[in-house]
This record gives sequence, C-alpha cells and structure tokens, in this order.
Amino acid sequence: MVTSPTIEVTSLTKDFGPVRAVDDLTFTVQPGRVTGFLGPNGSGKTTTLRMLLGLFRPTSGTALIGGKSYVELDRPGAVVGAALEASSFHPGRSGLDHLRVYAPQIGVPDSRAHELLEFVGLSDAKDRRVGGYSMGMRQRLALAYALLGDPSVIILDEPANGLDPQGIAWLRQLLRSFAAQGKTVLVSSHVLGEVQHTVDDVVVIARGKKIHASTLAELSALASKRVSVDGPDRARISRLAIDNQWQWDSENRGIVVHDVDASIVGAKAFAAGIELHRLVDEEVALGGVFFRVASQNEAPR
Amino acid sequence: MIAAIKSEFRKLFSTRMWWILAIVMIGYLAFVGILMSIMFTLLGDEMTGGAVQGKTLAVTIYGFINPIGYVFPLLIGSLLFTSEFRHQTITPSLLSGANRTHLLLSKLVVSAVVGLLYGVIAVLAMIGSSAPFLQILGDGHYLGDSEVWKLIAGSLLVFVLWTMFGVALGGLIVNQVAAIVVILAMTQFVEPILGLVLGIPEATRGVAQFLPAAAGNAVVGSNSLAMGTGMGDMLTRTEGAAVLMAYIVIFALLCRFITLRRDIG
Repeated sequence: MVTSPTIEVTSLTKDFGPVRAVDDLTFTVQPGRVTGFLGPNGSGKTTTLRMLLGLFRPTSGTALIGGKSYVELDRPGAVVGAALEASSFHPGRSGLDHLRVYAPQIGVPDSRAHELLEFVGLSDAKDRRVGGYSMGMRQRLALAYALLGDPSVIILDEPANGLDPQGIAWLRQLLRSFAAQGKTVLVSSHVLGEVQHTVDDVVVIARGKKIHASTLAELSALASKRVSVDGPDRARISRLAIDNQWQWDSENRGIVVHDVDASIVGAKAFAAGIELHRLVDEEVALGGVFFRVASQNEAPR
Repeated sequence: MIAAIKSEFRKLFSTRMWWILAIVMIGYLAFVGILMSIMFTLLGDEMTGGAVQGKTLAVTIYGFINPIGYVFPLLIGSLLFTSEFRHQTITPSLLSGANRTHLLLSKLVVSAVVGLLYGVIAVLAMIGSSAPFLQILGDGHYLGDSEVWKLIAGSLLVFVLWTMFGVALGGLIVNQVAAIVVILAMTQFVEPILGLVLGIPEATRGVAQFLPAAAGNAVVGSNSLAMGTGMGDMLTRTEGAAVLMAYIVIFALLCRFITLRRDIG
C-alpha cells in the first residue's frame, strides 16, 4: 500500500470575465477510494480539474494535492497522472513517440512507454500516427500517458468517452484496482450511469457550485425506490396500492410501486391476505437522482 | 531542465515537419545558387559594369543564404511553439513539466541546436550549388579564402539566431496560421520593401539597418540587397548579432509574461 496524497479543494472560484464558471467549490478526494466528479456538460468540471492541475489560475481559493499546489510539486508528472481530453495529440506523431516525448520529464525510461502501450492494448498500433487512431484508441493512449509515472494520484476527465462497452468494463476494473492499491482516484463524468458501478464517493456540481457530496450509498438512498410486485390477482394488488395511497403503475410483468420499501409492501399484502408470487426491490436508477439533485439548482440565481 | 530539453528534442524530431522544411530549403537555396552563379558569371559584367567579380562575386552569391534562406529557420522555430497550441499538446507538456519558464528556455536551447543543423544544411546547399559554376564559368569559388570562411561562420550563427527568433515569435503569436502568415509576409514582402524605402532617404537609412533582415545580413557580412548600389549602411557582425539577440530577448519576455501567464486550455 502506498500512502497517497489527498486532494483538497477549498473555496475554489474561477471567473471568466463576467461569468463565474466555478463558484466557491469545496471538497476532498480521499486516497484508497474512487471519487466521481459529476455534473452536466458545462457545469465547471474541466475548469476545476484544470485549476487543480496548475493550468488555470484560480480567481480565489485553493486546490491542493497533498498540501501543495500542482506547480509546487517536485516532479508533478511522477506524482499525478492526468488525462484531460482525448484531443491533445499531435496527429503526425506515433503513439509510442507521444509517450516518449513526455517520458524524460516524468522521469521514466522509454521501456515504460512500451510497457504501458502493451497494458492499454495499443502495442500493435504503437508505430502508427495518432491521426489515424479511433476515439477509443486515443482514450487508451491518454490513459497510458497518465499512467507513465506510476502516479499515486490519478485524475481522469471523462475517460469513458469513446470507449466501447468492453473498454468501459476494463476501465472500471482498472480504477477499482488503483483504489485497492491505495491510490487517490478522481474521475469526472456527465453520465452517472457510466461511473455508478465504479465510484465510492460522489461530488456533484452544477453551474459551478457543489450541490451534493457524499458516498455513493448515501446518494443512492436519495433515489426513488421501485418495487415490482406480482401475484395471481393483480386487481387486488392494485386495490392495495390505491388503499395505501401508493403511487403505482401497471406493467406487463405486474405492478410497480414507487417510493415504498419492499418490506412494507410485503407486510401490507400479507395483512390483507393477498398471495404474492414476486416482490422485488428494483435496482435504483441513479441517473434519475442525478437529474433531480442537479435540477434543484436550476432556479435562476 | 535537462529533461525538459530532451523532451523538446523528441517533440521536434518525432514529426515530419523538420525534414520537410529542410528539403524545401535545400531546393530553394540550390535553385537560387545555380541561377545566380550562372547569371552573374555569364552576364555579370554587363549588369554591374565589372564591379562585381572574383571574390566579391563569390561572397555576394554565398551571401544570398540569409535573405533567401532565413524564412526557414524562422518557420521551424515558430512551429516549436505554435504546434503545441494548435494540437493542444501544451496541456500534456505542462502537466509533465509544470515550470513554464523551463518550457520556454528548453525550446530556445533546442532551437539553437536545430538552427545550427539548418545552417549547415543551408551552407551546403548554397555553396554546393553555386561554387561549381563560379569555378567553371567564373573566376573561382574562393572556398579557401578567409572572407568566405567568415561568411560561412556568420551564416551558421545567423541561422541559430533566426531559429531562436522563430521560437520567441511563435511563443508570442501562438496561432499557427497567423504566425506563418506573419513570417511569410515579413520575410517576403514587408522587410524587403521597408528596407528599400527606408534605405534610400538619408534620414531613415540608420533605421533600416536595425530591421531584423538587415541585422541578419550584417551577421553574415554580405548585404546582398544593397549590392553594388552603395546604398544602405550595414552594422558590423557583432552589432548585427546583438540586434537580433535583442529582438529574441524582447519577444521571449513578451511570450513568458503574456502567453505563458495565461490559462492553458
């Protein structure tokens, strides 16, 4: 296990002229966990990451990695591995050369570049110019770049964009293994569903403001519940729902009851002597929560 | 800093632009060298009344290396910066090495080396194309002459300076298309015309010699454009180099405190 630095963002604010892109943002990212940095497109995620990485100067506030700003780190490329966008390549340079260009400053030998290309599955394409790479290949190359220095802090901006489902599953495992090794992992996404099986913690922002930060489990608790119920007498089940003033829908596999625990539905049905063949807590659709949490902030400022 | 320089070398030599530009430069200089050496050895006496011949002719023709060739080191130098912004590789560049002053300095160091390489190539192209004709059709190639060797040394130095100039200029005008247009316009139209216009009246003649191209000619030690007319004062080699250095320092400082202070992304 490595002791990885914690990321601490404190009262971070960024103005672009009259527009406040990031507004008094405060959150921490703990080592040994994967933190999802979530928000709709244009909500200030990339701006925040660029401030964290020393590319943008904050209007006020701080973004520190292990107590230091990015530019104060001795060898930032060896401590922090970051992939910001899939378009930061010279199209005329080969994938291998893209990594070789940055290897000296990160402080790793060229053999590390070969290793990583193997690791991300680009060995066969390493001598081809990046201009001919697909979006998914570029994402893999960006990831290889981020991992060059075997960093203990990993920051990825929308890493699932352009990856095929296989690639997404591979990425998910990879991020989980980084967290298991004790690394600090921050992953941004505008689609909660993309990361909901990967992250431990979530920070949700909208219009540059933090609107939610918790563990994924706590966020899930905010989700609307769906209980799927079925039995030989569907009419009685729907009667039960009406009597208890539950919200319900009829579906072809039975009745769906909203915002009630399955245990309560079961108890009430038992008390009413209704025979049930199925009583299932359906997986919460977190995308819906995300929308709901995000739209709370939609009121004009 | 050593690592940053190594990265910069790899950036330049891992794409094709450096040798494509070098080939175009060889072609252009060789074309001018052949054309000029044939023209002047066959028709020179009629054109200049016998004023330009022998060693003067050799030095004059070899001296075309600066006014004809300097666009190439400027371009390759400017690309060191503009391609980073064009392809947004400036982001991984500043992530792997966050010190922005080191970025600028390592580009200047690399450009000096590349400038020397371009200088060697340019000298070979210029002299290689013209010396045989001077020898066969004219009074000789004068390659053993110390004045020619000073011209060669001056050519190498001026190519180093032009490439550094290109880096500093590219760091200020980071839009690649804009930088190329500015360099082509300056080298092909504005400076030659400005040099002529300013060079004729007594009052502005002093100013004309401080234009970059004129300072470059001074470093080489051959004012080809003013050849045979007696017009246009020229700085000494050292003064010319100092003037170009001053341009480089000013543009580099502007690059550091304007371009590299900005948000990147």
